[in-house]
Amino acid sequence: MSARQRDENPAGIHLPLDPLPGHSSRGRLERVLRRGEFAVTTELNPPDSADPEDVYNRAKIFDGWVDAINAVDASGANCHMSSVGICALLTRMGYAPIMQIACRDKNRIAIQGDVLGGAAMGVANMLCLTGDGVQAGDQPGAKPVFDLDSMSLLETIRIMRDNGKFLSGRKLTTPPQVFLGAAVNPFAPPFDFRPIHLGKKIAAGAQFVQTQYCFDVPMFRTFMQKARDLGHTEKVFVLCGVGPLASAKTAKWIRSNVPGIHIPDAVIKRLEGAQDQKKEGKQLCIDIINEVKEIPGISGVHVMAYRQEEYVAEIVDESGVLKGRQPWKREIRRDDQMVADRLDHILHDEITETQVDMVKTAH
Amino acid sequence: MSETTPVKNDGPTVTQATLVKKAAPKSDYKPADVSPQRRVQRSFAVRLWSIRHSRLLEWFYSRFADMFLLLHPLWRGIGYGRVEAPIKFVEKRVKGFMFDCRMCGQCILSSTGMSCPMNCPKQLRNGPCGGVRANGNCEVEPDMPCVWVKAWEGSQNMVNSDKILAVQKPVDQSLRETSAWLRVTAQAAAAREAAAAPKTGAAA
Repeated sequence: MSARQRDENPAGIHLPLDPLPGHSSRGRLERVLRRGEFAVTTELNPPDSADPEDVYNRAKIFDGWVDAINAVDASGANCHMSSVGICALLTRMGYAPIMQIACRDKNRIAIQGDVLGGAAMGVANMLCLTGDGVQAGDQPGAKPVFDLDSMSLLETIRIMRDNGKFLSGRKLTTPPQVFLGAAVNPFAPPFDFRPIHLGKKIAAGAQFVQTQYCFDVPMFRTFMQKARDLGHTEKVFVLCGVGPLASAKTAKWIRSNVPGIHIPDAVIKRLEGAQDQKKEGKQLCIDIINEVKEIPGISGVHVMAYRQEEYVAEIVDESGVLKGRQPWKREIRRDDQMVADRLDHILHDEITETQVDMVKTAH
Repeated sequence: MSETTPVKNDGPTVTQATLVKKAAPKSDYKPADVSPQRRVQRSFAVRLWSIRHSRLLEWFYSRFADMFLLLHPLWRGIGYGRVEAPIKFVEKRVKGFMFDCRMCGQCILSSTGMSCPMNCPKQLRNGPCGGVRANGNCEVEPDMPCVWVKAWEGSQNMVNSDKILAVQKPVDQSLRETSAWLRVTAQAAAAREAAAAPKTGAAA
């Protein structure tokens, strides 16, 4: 309908973008980041169903507010639709998914196969994770695989992309063109090792990193200071993980039950003191975004609003991080629109059309 | 009876692993590898001592490697294949006692502050995961100090403290249950010979 959007292939929204010099992928997220725009990514809550509509509906609420959507790979070691499956559906609809790959469930044979499969479907971004332990999820009796770790996984995909080879050295005919990501958690010990660890991830191939939930801005600032001193922020795009807390009770539960998430007492106190805790949680998230976006070396935010996905748009809007820019939005194409209008006309305007009449009006 | 039990539960010695152990019937099958039961049976004392004395062990290890390399003619004479079984027997027990070695066959203790990374429930060889608890314990085994928190502490005591920065290759599972000592020695000897060969050529 409207003019073509900026990061869109004119031949079809599901197709990869034109290759650009200095870009390793043909996806939207890398373009946004390399243009120096403040990127916003989010996470799709994976459905426990085999219905593609569930994925489309969950992606739709982010339309026009985010640059990429993480397709999680059994996060928290709980069974859900696979990240490969979600990516297949999202790429069909033109979304830019970030395919998460966790080392918990697949060995190097399966992972390298999925990388090729994902890239073939048009997945331009892959995020390499170690994965939560199986004890955290709904199937604690499962066999933990952990054949690779996040670092060697990064290196494996980098070798596939840059050298066009499998880990074994066997050649690929077409290497996957992907933008490689990793996760960092500046909020867990050993604190002095964390910035150095980030450097290791960059050396292994990370081009962007998403952090764990940030609720302690001073701690994050210290981490970023060290990362800047080591020169890491020039080599990697850092997206700070943020998200709304539903209530003080949830915050306390997360703090004691979800490993690796650090929530300071001040945050819980602020939530407890609020009239409407849910609203305060959202406001807290916006305040944190406003603080972290000023930290030098931050290229974007990763908004994780588990089961509060409807707030992502409001949070992004109210924090004003996009500065008026509108990320790619799925729009109805002209032919789809014609069919929709026609159907609407037939179904709702009380008319009886005969084929003879139709021929007459056509002439 | 009912009075003593809660008192006992408040004590610092009652851990998650103990509770699991108590809840499980005595006759239950216990897997041989990492499990809360096993963790209770084993103390980390020796492993943690090794990490605290990583500098000493680093020094000792390099002398030990030199000695093994000196014995290279002996190993070659007997045959590396034949000497494998007895050396592995000793290596497994010594390293098992010192580091809780898992015999991955590709030892990187000197790059990980003398903290064996195969003791990590996720077997991470490149650094900690994001799930380390605030008290520095493991996400999976709440009673165990994180292998990588300890590795970082251990590596900071060592002379070659920056070896921890190297990105490690994935584990080659086909080398499990083989002697890392002999492999390192054979590789060092081969490298020495390769280095010596062109040098003599140049001298002549």
